[in-house]
Amino acid sequence: MSNYVINHLKELESEAIFVIREIAAQFENPVLLFSGGKDSILLTHLAKKAFYPAKIPFPLIHIDTGHNFPETIAFRDALVEKLGVKLIVGSVQEAIDKGRVKEETGADASRNSLQIVSLLDTLEEFKVDAAMGGARRDEEKARAKERFFSHRDEFGQWDPKNQRPELWNLFNGRKNYGEHFRVFPISNWTEMDVWEYIKLENIELPSLYFSHQRDCVVRDGVILANSEFIKLKEGEEVVNMTIRYRTCGDMPITGAVESDADNLEKIIEEIATTRTTERGGRADDKRAETAMEDRKKQGYF
Amino acid sequence: MDYQDIELLRFTTAGSVDDGKSTLIGRLLYDSKSIFQDQLDAVEESSKSKGFDYVDLSLLTDGLKSEREQGITIDVAYRYFATPKRKFIIADTPGHIQYTRNMVTGASTANLAIILIDARKGMLEQTHRHAFIASLLRIPHAIVCVNKMDLVDYSEEVYDKIVSEFNAFSSKLGINDIQFIPISALNGDNVVNRSENMDWYQGSTLMYHLETVHISSDHNLVDCRFPIQSVIRPHTLEHQDYRGFAGRIDGGVFKPGDKVKSLPSGFVSTIKTIELNGEQIQEAFAPMSVTMTLEDEIDNSRGDMIVRENNVPKVEQDIEALVTWMSTKPIQARTKVVIKHTTNETVGMVKELKYKVDINTLHRIENIDKVEMNDIARMSIRTAKPIFFDAYKKNRQTGSIIIIDEQTNETIGAGMII
Repeated sequence: MSNYVINHLKELESEAIFVIREIAAQFENPVLLFSGGKDSILLTHLAKKAFYPAKIPFPLIHIDTGHNFPETIAFRDALVEKLGVKLIVGSVQEAIDKGRVKEETGADASRNSLQIVSLLDTLEEFKVDAAMGGARRDEEKARAKERFFSHRDEFGQWDPKNQRPELWNLFNGRKNYGEHFRVFPISNWTEMDVWEYIKLENIELPSLYFSHQRDCVVRDGVILANSEFIKLKEGEEVVNMTIRYRTCGDMPITGAVESDADNLEKIIEEIATTRTTERGGRADDKRAETAMEDRKKQGYF
Repeated sequence: MDYQDIELLRFTTAGSVDDGKSTLIGRLLYDSKSIFQDQLDAVEESSKSKGFDYVDLSLLTDGLKSEREQGITIDVAYRYFATPKRKFIIADTPGHIQYTRNMVTGASTANLAIILIDARKGMLEQTHRHAFIASLLRIPHAIVCVNKMDLVDYSEEVYDKIVSEFNAFSSKLGINDIQFIPISALNGDNVVNRSENMDWYQGSTLMYHLETVHISSDHNLVDCRFPIQSVIRPHTLEHQDYRGFAGRIDGGVFKPGDKVKSLPSGFVSTIKTIELNGEQIQEAFAPMSVTMTLEDEIDNSRGDMIVRENNVPKVEQDIEALVTWMSTKPIQARTKVVIKHTTNETVGMVKELKYKVDINTLHRIENIDKVEMNDIARMSIRTAKPIFFDAYKKNRQTGSIIIIDEQTNETIGAGMII
């Protein structure tokens, strides 16, 4: 390289690795929140690069809602095995069985907000002082104002009006007893950056992200996978469709897109021409205009 | 388009809603196809329910509930867009006087500042403020957009008058690269497409300038600075004696074989390898994150710095800095604080408050006994151990500090070392 410039993907990579290394250095019990989605897979990949040839020096935490795609779980287990990293699973089913949370009822019932309790319980049980996640600022308007190092009080709450200013690359991770941080190393990445980087680095992804045939139900314009977790409403029918996922949450709430993009090149081409955001298919964001901010204040990612 | 091989440009926008800042950002996003249909639908829906007969593009950036309620921006919002030439990160900061801290925050990572002036109003107090903060934070490039040209009949005379007024003011500031562009964000004149209404303007459009401004020399490539974040010791059979220093380059160009010096120990060694994920790197420079190994076994740890033998930063316990105060709690002399500098952290004492700067007139206010929220003041600080620093004007990374409250752990000040 002659003129001392790095391209934007390398600059984003450098920034994320810097932040991940800061987390490892500034906290005693950091963890990586692993959802099985492409962003947390990317984050795990960056963590591996940050500490190579040593292993990732913190565990992955997965909050298992019991409504996950089986492909996600299989992928998670294989990845953990390959990296030789510790996995902690927090179970929403267990929280329901213990009476910690009450399952929503009705056809639109979802375990999405129940995750908050399981997540906070798990963080407390393992005395986690920094949980890093793959959230990005371009995903949703409340996330556009999130810091890299996001302070949470002893109840796990986010106070958006009272955030610490963040300057240069000086990250303040100091906290009082019982408080913790959420840290977002890929804050500045867009969906396109993520896909381009996955292609550049040849990162393996669950098959869900690529075009496949699946039995689906179309509800309020959102294509949902038919599964044991979904109750058909009157007039709804199961249709076999050619789809893929742009994000991976729980089966009953993650919307698919009709697509025959079965490789990275085609996916990138599809994203370049698409006119809706990736969370456009997420029923959990559609509950209110500030649904994401409200959940984040309580401790959601 | 080869999206993988484009550069990243970070810029801030300063101005208030009245200057048409949101309209300008909206236009940049919209004309570069970075607003998605569902986002636009949501904004149209919100605008309608608020009773507006236009689409309020500020609703795209003002995401927090209280911002929407009050119709103001209270925090830095980050927006993203890309063209075939570059990827852009906008730090959109509010322009009101009480939000100096947000402007400083947004400016700290920017390569470029867009300063908006309403053509009908000319230079205002807040224009002075924005220009001063851009110069204080050493943003390498500035673009002054004289907006709402459509409302002054696209008059060259009005534009020229504002340009000379701005130049008269900014000559005191020392911003190296200032461009002026007459625009109408509402109608799109000179934003992405050339205006047909201003034949007298021969310069480039805003977008062209954003895409082509030369940013490769924005980082210091002369003075080698590598602050250590952590030490990588795998303790595996394969890498028994491996000891790698992890960090991000803050200045200069490092190569394997270079003679280097370690601070504060002063030990000298040679770079054995520079790598990331096992891949060898021949030349490392800012802002690359790398892992460095040395020929000799040197006991470096977090907070230490690797530099060139014949080019070392200052290693001192007394620093002078211009500090932006960010806390509602004022500070007085002889207050104990925590200082964060590169990967170093130390206890320190604000020894003396020298003067405040009136950010509208640039006058110094001497004999002060406290510094309050949004003040910019010169302070002397004594640290408990030496830190390794350069002047901020030489290196924005090794010349900056944050000040942390020892009790609350809040970030209360941001300092630029003189």
